[in-house]
Amino acid sequence: MALLKIAEPGGKPVQPQHRLAVGIDLGTTNSLVAASCGMTVETLPDSEGRHLLPSVVRYLERQAPIVGEAAKAAAIEDPRNTIVSVKRLLGKNLEDARKSLHYLPYEFYQTDPSGSPTMLTAAGPKDPVQVSADILTALARRAEATLKGKLEGVVITVPAYFNDSQRQQTKEAARLAGLRVLRLLNEPTAAAVAYGLDSEDQAAVIVFDLGGGTFDVSLLSLQQGVFQVLATGGDTNLGGDDFDRLIADWIRGQLPPPQREDTTIQGELLVIANAAKHALSLKDSVNIAFGSWSGTLTNAEFADLCNIQINATITTCRRVLRDAGLKPEQIDNIVLVGGSTRMPVIRRAVAEFFGKAPLTTIDPDKVVAIGAGIQADVLIGNKSADDYLLLDVNPLSLGIETMGELVEKIIPRNTTIPVSRAQEFTTFKDGQTAMSLHVVQGERELVSDCRSLARFELRGIPPMVAGAAKIRVTFQVDADGLLSVSASELSTGKTAEIQVKPSYGLNAGAIEEMLRASQEHAQDDMEARAIREARLEATQLIDAIESARQVDGDLLEAGEIESIQAAITALQKAMASGSSHQIHKLTEELNRVSGEFAARRMDLHIGKALRGASIDGVE
Amino acid sequence: MAISITETAAKHVAEQLANRGKGIGIRVGVTTTGCSGMAYVLEFVDKLDVGDQVFEDQGVKIVVDPKSLLYIDGTEMDFVKQGVNEGFEFKNPNAKAECGCGESFSI
Repeated sequence: MALLKIAEPGGKPVQPQHRLAVGIDLGTTNSLVAASCGMTVETLPDSEGRHLLPSVVRYLERQAPIVGEAAKAAAIEDPRNTIVSVKRLLGKNLEDARKSLHYLPYEFYQTDPSGSPTMLTAAGPKDPVQVSADILTALARRAEATLKGKLEGVVITVPAYFNDSQRQQTKEAARLAGLRVLRLLNEPTAAAVAYGLDSEDQAAVIVFDLGGGTFDVSLLSLQQGVFQVLATGGDTNLGGDDFDRLIADWIRGQLPPPQREDTTIQGELLVIANAAKHALSLKDSVNIAFGSWSGTLTNAEFADLCNIQINATITTCRRVLRDAGLKPEQIDNIVLVGGSTRMPVIRRAVAEFFGKAPLTTIDPDKVVAIGAGIQADVLIGNKSADDYLLLDVNPLSLGIETMGELVEKIIPRNTTIPVSRAQEFTTFKDGQTAMSLHVVQGERELVSDCRSLARFELRGIPPMVAGAAKIRVTFQVDADGLLSVSASELSTGKTAEIQVKPSYGLNAGAIEEMLRASQEHAQDDMEARAIREARLEATQLIDAIESARQVDGDLLEAGEIESIQAAITALQKAMASGSSHQIHKLTEELNRVSGEFAARRMDLHIGKALRGASIDGVE
Repeated sequence: MAISITETAAKHVAEQLANRGKGIGIRVGVTTTGCSGMAYVLEFVDKLDVGDQVFEDQGVKIVVDPKSLLYIDGTEMDFVKQGVNEGFEFKNPNAKAECGCGESFSI
């Protein structure tokens, strides 16, 4: 039924209160928070007018953690207690963390490579979840101070390629910060939402994200309000810093020889280079002076300097398109994200490759947070969900293993989430009291060709004849794609349940691969399923005849035993090597030769049951 | 004759009453609208009317006018979440048919 809200006496509807919800862009280098301010969603500045909060946390003894600019300033003098780029450590174990960061100045609490990369700081051990929680807390405080109220929910953005444990830890960090996560939103999707692209019926969108230290390209497909990530690509070590270094190297090359080799001036050169880079986003050439040297750098020269890097970004775009089987002209919109996309050299290269101008009206540093803020405002209920609900889909079918190692799909792929679907199953053997449930993901017909997600058991099913028990299996996928599966036996209510590592362990490439395989093998899969089903049917018939023979063997007539045995042997041979068609034919044959026997048994048992009962009693 | 309320629903009613800052309970009733005859009414109560019946369950006062009580006697009020939507729901043993939207019912 429709859900009711409590109204004021006399039937006046309660004035809907504006509930506070914000979007948070929890970035590697910088983080932002955005909220709805009247008609528009804007990022919120701190008391000094700064919108970006450096994602840096410094821990000192017996002090609250210092987050942001002040912590960033201390990163060089106190690297051990100052945690930077913690996002790169989220959801990773120590070994992976060491691989993903070039340089980890931290002292780790434990040395087990499969353990969590917990850092030893002056304020005690801190794991990546804790550090992320401190950044989130700082942003939440800023929002509560600006909006003057308590936050009721947040939407946090994560990279499209984040796997399940990275997403799970992001959620844990929010919980630790006392925040209610309305949903995690993919960063490229948030950027597209900020431009209102989700209101279009159908579109292919490229999100080009070149930040301070990472580069990501995502290809989104939008269909009737549902975004799907088709392909992603990128480079985790390409960003604005690289362009600063290129300019610094160029300046160094122009300096007189003794200075050219001086390593102590690198820091100063980088600062000048960074200023020059920013100037080139506003005008076509910039005058640079260092010591006694001075010169001019034009955008054309700058483009030559970073030719390799620019080409690398375009090559990534090309690869992403190829993965999804699209051509540049099939892209409807290009969204630019990240401060480095302000550089005219990048914009020009992107526009040239796709043959159309990218969207640039929203500040590329803020666009992800703004999209998250819009989404948060909708999810908390300030806008009608009918107008504006961003849906995701599950990328691959989710199902369960049934007898014969076959997959029964419960939630087909591309179903919009959140979703809940249930199906009834039954027992296979007489007196079966437990059922093993194997949750799988994929498009193929056989379990061995799909991805195994989890196994669990339902015990305590009351003993019944095969097929009599009713077991309801419910699959539920929440808005973040997390799957929970429950199985319950309907007569006793016995229930078993599991939370499953869901769709996210896969990247877009792996999903594509699984889909392609299912199409290529469609024919084989159909035959494989047919054979297994035929074998199952045959096994059930043979089992039934065997048990009947033990109970009522005396009812068999001479010659009948031999013909039934012959039919069973032929069927068993076909089951081992024959086609599904042969198995079917021989199963029918066995049915036919044993038909008389079955009829006699039936008569005998009905006769037994009725003996001594009056006609009235039978009715 | 009674109306009951689940623990979850009671918690939400108490919360909403506290937020509102006044009110002695909630009024549950029926009115004749919707596509299958009757629709539920759910309101805050500031004062009782003549003939009102007051039931107390889970620490919440539920007020029902005598006419409505005929239609909703035995009803349990619950609070449910459906996706992003949340609100109160009535389990009415008297309802024989509900319209598709669940907005109204008939007995």
